[in-house]
Amino acid sequence: MAQERSLMKGNEAIGEAAIRAGCRFYAGYPITPQNELTEYMSRRMPEVGGTFIQSESELAAINMVYGAAAAGARAMTSSSGPGISLKQEGISYLCGAELPCFYANIVRGGPGLGNIAPAQSDYFQATRGGGHGDYRVIVLGPSTVQELVDLTMLGFELADRYRNPAMILGDGILGQMMEPVVMSDAIEYDASPKKEWALGSSEGRSKHLITSVRLAPGTLEKHNMHLLEKYRKVEEDEVRYELYEVDDADVVLVAYGTAARVAKAAVAMSRQNGGIKLGLVRPITLWPFPKTVISDIAKDKPDILVVEMSLGQMYEDVLLSVCGKAKVSLLAHTGGGLPSEAEIVETAKRAKSSNEAIEVYPSVD
Amino acid sequence: MTTKLIMAGFGGQGVVLMGTLLSYSAMVQGKHTTFFPSYGAEMRGGTANCSVIVSDEEIPSPVVSVPDCVVAMNIASLGKFEGRVREGGVIFINSSLVDKHVSRKDVEEVRVPANEIAEELGASRAANMVMLGAVIKKTRAVELQSAINSLEKVLSERAMAYLDVNKKALERGFNEIP
Repeated sequence: MAQERSLMKGNEAIGEAAIRAGCRFYAGYPITPQNELTEYMSRRMPEVGGTFIQSESELAAINMVYGAAAAGARAMTSSSGPGISLKQEGISYLCGAELPCFYANIVRGGPGLGNIAPAQSDYFQATRGGGHGDYRVIVLGPSTVQELVDLTMLGFELADRYRNPAMILGDGILGQMMEPVVMSDAIEYDASPKKEWALGSSEGRSKHLITSVRLAPGTLEKHNMHLLEKYRKVEEDEVRYELYEVDDADVVLVAYGTAARVAKAAVAMSRQNGGIKLGLVRPITLWPFPKTVISDIAKDKPDILVVEMSLGQMYEDVLLSVCGKAKVSLLAHTGGGLPSEAEIVETAKRAKSSNEAIEVYPSVD
Repeated sequence: MTTKLIMAGFGGQGVVLMGTLLSYSAMVQGKHTTFFPSYGAEMRGGTANCSVIVSDEEIPSPVVSVPDCVVAMNIASLGKFEGRVREGGVIFINSSLVDKHVSRKDVEEVRVPANEIAEELGASRAANMVMLGAVIKKTRAVELQSAINSLEKVLSERAMAYLDVNKKALERGFNEIP
């Protein structure tokens, strides 16, 4: 049945999608620009019989998520960069203990307390894992409010499927803006966990143990190899991306999230004006990164231009994917700065006519 | 067609509601639309503004740096946004509260006595809807009827008592523009 469109703020759309995905536990601590999500959960969770906790700190929030996830609940938290930094210890523990959870980072400008403007500068933190140990987190990069909804629901699915945290890497624009959105139907929610590994009454079954401690010689190496095998499977099966006008493009842009919205408009603008032919690869999963498709494109496209709202972070993943097969240039903004369509077209022209790759940063004069 | 607007005033003038209703009406008509508020370090009684884009095409960034139209509900907003309007753009001024005129020669000034009209209707707080009616007539970004029909979707429960007067306010503002 076709669902009605509603006008929703990004932060609230994440909250509603999470509830429809069966999330019944939210713990968080306020921070701009994601506060509407915490507020929304404080209102909605009691309505669906779930638990909302405004925790005393970010550390408490992520450890409560650990507890709820261990008991089999679909659990989530959210924050912006500074708060996600504080949660990294807990995220590492969740990965080590193979507990599913979902969280959103509505990125603001950093480093430090930075500012509250939209940014993409937590890309390394998200895709490399900001905590300790050999682990990976599934990272989804939405670019519209609709995608915040779709990827939140997908995030919970993937987290459960792989028993691993999954996250959304958004930004202040996506969190704060309103856009028309179609909500998916709620999944049938059954309060009793079907997760056979989850904690609970052990009557009639053997004891379950959820832990990230593996002290006996060789056990951690064995466990981490099991995790690696899982991550390989994620890399094989879960890569998602969008291609836009790539086939006949002279320069292929690579951008995600809000930067990809502007990049897409630059592609359309340049083609309408009869200018340089641009195309766009938009990674939807940032980890696993769409390496293969970018590598394939690089075989017959000599020019790639990465556009991001950070100082060359995704740029490194594109360079690794291309592996010297094409010229990879960069257009970077930072600290809340946004690229414009005209700037992207201009930089693409310069990149194409240059013999070497170029890196373009904001001018600060 | 794409119309980019910045709507601004002081907190309590209903600037956010004005933007939300415009965006909602655009959605109802099947258009692409985005609404982006100023957020964060704002205070009660301070200034409030929002950016709205209504378009037949996908919208890149919802942030509006060079608007086609600015709505200034108070004098501070005129000072803040006058310089940003594109050449040939329109500045709507709430002339009930703003004596000052636009100083630029390359933009059009549209003066709407929004508070006075709202008071005539018996609801001084509906000045925002008077202004939105005028904006809709002038920009043709959406149909007046879409806005009237959408009102009940965006008004808070508490404000539903004023549904009819808000509809009238939209119509009066719309008819204010030749």
